[in-house]
Amino acid sequence: MKRLLACLLFGATLLAAPLAAQTGPLRIEITEGVIEPLPFAVPTFVPDTADAAAQAGQISQVIAADLTGTGLFREIPATAHIGKITDFNAPVQYADWKAINAQALITGGVSVAGDKLTVRFRVYDVFSGAELGTGLQFVGSTAGWRRMAHKVADEVYSRITGEGGYFDSRVVYVSEVGPKDQRRKRLAIMDYDGANVQYLTDSSSIVLAPRFSPTGDRVLYTSYESGFPRIHVLDVGNVERRVLDQTEGTMSFAPRFAPDGRTVVFSLEQGGNTDLYRLDLNSGQRSRLTNAPSIETAPSYSPDGSRIVFESDRSGTQQLYIMPAAGGEAQRISFGQGRYGTPVWSPRGDLIAFTKQNKGRFHIGVMRLDGSEERLLTASFLDEGPTWAPNGRVIMFSRETQGASGRSSLYSVDITGRNLKPVPTPDGASDPSWSPLQK
Amino acid sequence: MTFLTRFLMVGALLALAACNDPNRFGGAGSGSGSGTGTGVAGSGLPSDPTSVAYFQQAVGDRVLFAVDQSTISPEGQTVLNGQAQWLITNTDYTAVIEGHADEQGTREYNLALGARRANAAREYLISRGVAGNRLQTVSYGKERPIEICSDEACYAKNRRAVTVLASGLSS
Repeated sequence: MKRLLACLLFGATLLAAPLAAQTGPLRIEITEGVIEPLPFAVPTFVPDTADAAAQAGQISQVIAADLTGTGLFREIPATAHIGKITDFNAPVQYADWKAINAQALITGGVSVAGDKLTVRFRVYDVFSGAELGTGLQFVGSTAGWRRMAHKVADEVYSRITGEGGYFDSRVVYVSEVGPKDQRRKRLAIMDYDGANVQYLTDSSSIVLAPRFSPTGDRVLYTSYESGFPRIHVLDVGNVERRVLDQTEGTMSFAPRFAPDGRTVVFSLEQGGNTDLYRLDLNSGQRSRLTNAPSIETAPSYSPDGSRIVFESDRSGTQQLYIMPAAGGEAQRISFGQGRYGTPVWSPRGDLIAFTKQNKGRFHIGVMRLDGSEERLLTASFLDEGPTWAPNGRVIMFSRETQGASGRSSLYSVDITGRNLKPVPTPDGASDPSWSPLQK
Repeated sequence: MTFLTRFLMVGALLALAACNDPNRFGGAGSGSGSGTGTGVAGSGLPSDPTSVAYFQQAVGDRVLFAVDQSTISPEGQTVLNGQAQWLITNTDYTAVIEGHADEQGTREYNLALGARRANAAREYLISRGVAGNRLQTVSYGKERPIEICSDEACYAKNRRAVTVLASGLSS
């Protein structure tokens, strides 16, 4: 047990280390540190019924892909395995796994009965020769096999890192085709890893910036369906949608749910001026939160719903501010060089992710609530629109490439700036919003 | 049906129809879709001064803005003076003023910035005598550039407010 735990603590410390190492609100650093990923083995899960072989193989592969995709784990390929797991309940021969330096071993069994799928698994700390946690089983439908694989991987990730997982989650985003001046956009939803893409709207009008509800059942977005930008709410289950606010002579955009799922904060533009408003979905009652001649937009609630972070150019350039959820005095939190926009409160409550523009480059970054320990995670021609993984450890965002053939796609990066990688989508993609963990 | 409702409905229909036209946000010469048999004079400009094409090409349908600004430049004022005069003469038309930004900005901010630009043009036209109820605004932010290179030459043309006429709406 000791050896594995030591390694895990090492990983956890590294996640937290850059936060502790930096001081002062103006210190900016792109962290590109590399850690040694933890080697694990996930021998193909044992098919407990004859017809479960195909799914057992696929499930093992998705678990391995989830774990290696974090950058914190490294899979030891099956070709290197000495031992073989043929019985889920038989004692593990630790020496076989020690010999190939697998520090964690994940075993499992899969059975199929009709359209019912059962997945069992155990996690072992190879070098201390003991099970880590206890065996668990998930039961679901055969069609939902990917979700069950993600649930197993979440549990493994959780046991080994001590953090919540994020694999059993979805992403709603804007799917894009066509050149910049004729781009067609429609809403799409997919698993966090790019699997199971479905389209929620057609591309007959521009759609922008979808945002999940706190339970992932609804999506707020901005659509030009009426000819003017208006906020819509869409039910993910039945794809029904309705417009939320259509005051004539105004534009409404940049909506986001409060943690209660009943309140929406958004930007309303009237006579060229953009301010923040709050809408109660039950009563339809609207109240004004800011009243300034400057641009106030991109609001995001704190996880406890008590405060809102937003951007404003009241100082002359785009900067980040935090105010009480009912409006009132706002504190500026961004003081570095350049412009700051699209702030998003971490689900853990500890950090604000943002887009920064400085010297012709765009960055995704994070800072503490008081603006200290600013850390830039990316740099490119155009990065924008961060969204948090449910565990607050990974950020997804849009990256648009330069020039006439420029194209937008999704990327993810962890909050230390490591493991930057593209998220696969069938077409161009922008404005991701990460769901909470599914129930 | 009140004039305003009719105005808004037709406006919305036109806006919708226009979405299908790929040249909708195209260059200054894109008088397509509204060319009601307009002849072109020797100068290359449309001969009928009451035509939409004339408004777009001879009067000028757009004003450009500096980076992150919504102030109407002296050149912009000249164009808008012409637009005001034309709109006062051709009372059958209403207009939607579309504000745009270049790609160098975040999406939400650019929407708000485009709205500022469209509104600046609208306020200027009103100050020159055009009735406010004939002028609507909409912002496209950075969603509809007309030039797609990533250089200032393109950006300068994309930071614009375009006055788009809706025809035949006399009440």
